[in-house]
Amino acid sequence: MSLWADKYRPKTLDDLDYHGKISNMLSSLATSGDFPHLLFHGPSGAGKKTRILATLRQIYGPNIEKLKVDPKVFVTATKRKLEFNVVSSPNHLEITPSDMNNNDRVVIQDLLKEVAQTETIDFTHVADHKNRFKVVIINEAELLTRDAQAALRRTMEKYSANIRLVLVCNSISSIIEPIKSRTLLIRVAAPTDEEMGSVFEKVLRDQPEVAKSFPADETERQQIYSKIAKVTDHNLRTGLLLLEALYSYNPSITTKTPMIMPDWENVIKKLAIGIVTERTVSKLQQSRTDLYELISHSIPAKLILKKLTIEFWRLVDEDSKIKDKDTVKMDIVQQASIFDERLSLGSKDIFHLEGFITKVMVVLEKNVS
Amino acid sequence: MSTPWVEKYRPKKLDEVSAQSNVIRVLSNQLKSANMPHLLFYGPPGTGKTSTILAMARELFGPQLMKSRVLELNASDERGISIVRDKVKNFARLSVTNPTPEDKENYPCPPYKLIILDEADSMTFDAQSALRRIMENYSHITRFCIICNYITRIIDPITSRCSKFRFSPLNSANSLATLKMISQSEELDIDDDSLTQILDISNGDLRKSINFLQTGHKLFGEDSIENIAGLIPQNLVQSLIETLQSKNLNKIYEFLYMLVLKSYNSATILTSLHSCLLLKNIYLNSEQKIEVSRILYETDSKLSSGSDEFIQMLNLFLQLSKIF
Repeated sequence: MSLWADKYRPKTLDDLDYHGKISNMLSSLATSGDFPHLLFHGPSGAGKKTRILATLRQIYGPNIEKLKVDPKVFVTATKRKLEFNVVSSPNHLEITPSDMNNNDRVVIQDLLKEVAQTETIDFTHVADHKNRFKVVIINEAELLTRDAQAALRRTMEKYSANIRLVLVCNSISSIIEPIKSRTLLIRVAAPTDEEMGSVFEKVLRDQPEVAKSFPADETERQQIYSKIAKVTDHNLRTGLLLLEALYSYNPSITTKTPMIMPDWENVIKKLAIGIVTERTVSKLQQSRTDLYELISHSIPAKLILKKLTIEFWRLVDEDSKIKDKDTVKMDIVQQASIFDERLSLGSKDIFHLEGFITKVMVVLEKNVS
Repeated sequence: MSTPWVEKYRPKKLDEVSAQSNVIRVLSNQLKSANMPHLLFYGPPGTGKTSTILAMARELFGPQLMKSRVLELNASDERGISIVRDKVKNFARLSVTNPTPEDKENYPCPPYKLIILDEADSMTFDAQSALRRIMENYSHITRFCIICNYITRIIDPITSRCSKFRFSPLNSANSLATLKMISQSEELDIDDDSLTQILDISNGDLRKSINFLQTGHKLFGEDSIENIAGLIPQNLVQSLIETLQSKNLNKIYEFLYMLVLKSYNSATILTSLHSCLLLKNIYLNSEQKIEVSRILYETDSKLSSGSDEFIQMLNLFLQLSKIF
């Protein structure tokens, strides 16, 4: 039995539930035979990957799903051997730069050139000369180092007869300008409440068994859906997972059923409440244990900082003792921005998280009557 | 699709290079005398640096001889110090071959080879310093052409050995002519207004506009050009500024959340705020503008060091709302 998120993943461009404009655009690109390099960007769970695979399916047919994993070996400049896996089908291959750490430049240079310099000989499509290129999907393209991105530049132009790149990333801020100018940007926005709702609705309609444990009234169902959309930040994948989890945890679901939150979010929430109510040195020491706990469960420090900031924002709004709420909020966000930068520059996360908490305590202390 | 238009319409002769008349004049003179110094081209992307040197090499050697006389290395090739020591040095010290009589008749065929180091600003300093002596030692048979975006990334000893040419961003009249030429020979149905809009988006980067014309021309009817280019629609920027002016922090927070969900990325938000608040805006006084540019600068610097977009943008918006 597969997860709903996988089971109900649309396979073709026509099956896609929302962003009709993008689907039309992709399908006209796929049929024209004039397929440019693409750069998909959008929040996670918005459906970037689904759209790419659907497009590829339109170009190459179901062949695209015959995936295999090839281990590849590369030799770096320092003669160190580097092994990593390439997921490939006859017509495309997929790489994830985070697998290869700082050596992504070597991989990009070697692998892409190797693919690009070999022409596809395909006897099954003798009549069809249009799509004689291979597609290389680069996941998490924002993690490519500058060097690797620079290495892509000329390859994209020089070998464009044999290769098309599809870059996938959450934000294009760290993609260098020359790459952006060589690709067609495709923005995949997160689904709205209604769009998520209609997807959930479709899933339930498909399984009458499951639908029984949800309220029969449509507006009540919609309320649950928007609740799910809210806690998952409009991430459709986690949304579906959450829906499935709700179903398997609760015999019947009403609008009052609490959402299942990850433990670490609850820990952060408690931590934030503690800091706002008690601003002392001993509290700071306590929070250190909490922070260490979170970090040792490999919650990224940046995520902790972001969640804390959002929690503080909410708590300041609710707390009646704080005067001049706007200034407090502004100060907290400003501190967050400073410490967030330090987190990316520095190497010892705990210092910066503690520094941030201390600063927030100072800001609050000044403004509490 | 076979070749990208950028390659297809790359100028074949020096005179065909759009704009850059100063550079072209100097270079054509050198072409006549068939003698040239080491060259260093710098300037923003898409201004014709690579095109110029490729066209020049073609005119110097002709298409046949070019293969043996020109070595082109760019950032997609390994260019560490070992490559400079081996490949570049070996090529540099080869003596020149004799051109065939036909080539000699049609092209100047000067007695030296040409090494083009494209995107040289991504070379390490070590590799660059390894170049220093090579450039001098073999100057009787080899010329270098170094191309980069940022001249500050090239070490001084190299810059002092070359004659420098700055490529300025193209003016719109020239680029418009090129785009028109391309759209005519590709038989595109596109009006001048859309072409001008494409040029506006690409900020003087001709390659960007040509690429955009190629990738996007089929979609122009279906969607606005701004949208295809991934820019933020003007009315959204307007309502963003209105929200900032309202000084209602929670409203600002909601607005940002909406922007993030719609996946408008912070770099474009920054640029559109910059053009809207600093370049066009009339209702801010000078002091406010100074403050705005300081805040934009700080956010940009924090973002480029890889910090979280949501927090940085929230900070940016809150700081900006303080100014209004």
